[in-house]
Amino acid sequence: MSLDLQIVIDSLKTNFPDAVLDLKTFRGETTLVINKDKIREVCRYLKNDFDFKFIADITAIDYLGVKTPRFEVVYHIHRFGPEFDENIRIRLKAEVSEEAPRVDSVVPVWSGANWLEREVYDMFGIEFVDHPDPRRILMPEDYEPFPLRKDFDVRDREASKRSFERALEE
Amino acid sequence: MGLNMNSVLGGEGFLLTTLSAFANWGRKNSLWPMPFGTACCAIEMMGVFASRFDLSRFGAEVARFSPRQADLMIVSGTITYKMASVCRRIYDQMPEPKWVIAMGSCTCGGGPFDSYAVVQGIDEFLPVDVYVGGCPPRPEALIDAVMKIQKKIEMQGAPLV
Repeated sequence: MSLDLQIVIDSLKTNFPDAVLDLKTFRGETTLVINKDKIREVCRYLKNDFDFKFIADITAIDYLGVKTPRFEVVYHIHRFGPEFDENIRIRLKAEVSEEAPRVDSVVPVWSGANWLEREVYDMFGIEFVDHPDPRRILMPEDYEPFPLRKDFDVRDREASKRSFERALEE
Repeated sequence: MGLNMNSVLGGEGFLLTTLSAFANWGRKNSLWPMPFGTACCAIEMMGVFASRFDLSRFGAEVARFSPRQADLMIVSGTITYKMASVCRRIYDQMPEPKWVIAMGSCTCGGGPFDSYAVVQGIDEFLPVDVYVGGCPPRPEALIDAVMKIQKKIEMQGAPLV
């Protein structure tokens, strides 16, 4: 497995020398920090050339007061190998700034990313450029805050109440 | 006198009562619940309707999924603000007279979910008649709540239109 993974990383570095910003390995999990402008190209390359067919999850982290840029969008992608030990899962991270919280959508690469990216937009307010359906997915559509941002009080129900009142008036 | 014990309400006898008491007797023994189940409490509510606990012993087995045919709303499960408008609309569609049971900690007061999305008790937007605590409450507790509703109907009734 490690050999296979090393081939993936090496060819990624040769093909996209300015895209891979960092490489971390922790307890057998590999994380690649990717330049956010190159994320779609890298994803398409990994899918077409190395068979990473499965987007397992997209999520985000808010590092408010910890580091800049403030957000990280995290992609877990998976390759189903012909043998069990050829299954590879890697984690891609794209750093997104507070001032311009947007990143290229990967829906053109994996259509399964559609609702995952909508959830990240709903909770963190990160926009996905070229997303086919950029609406909120869980919260009401007229809800204003982004609840998983660290500067939002999770007990603040005022915005929910406003959405509820508006829904009653309809 | 009026009542012949040999043939209760037979050819010769008659009972004296008031119209409202007679109507309330009918109402309390034929409650038609509207199950508004949104979470795990709904599983327990289904158990109450099913054979083991058998709510039909209390005349309340006709669970109608149309609010227009129901007079008892059993709200069982976490209610978010997004769901609350739906819940209120369904309550408004039920014909009078109508009653509401809040089943479980979440509907009574938000339960463990002190968060931005969850209503802290459905009495914020609905008139609740009986609260049932528990996470989830035992089926016996819901049966007790239905019996309390029956007692409430018997004692207070509903205004005759």
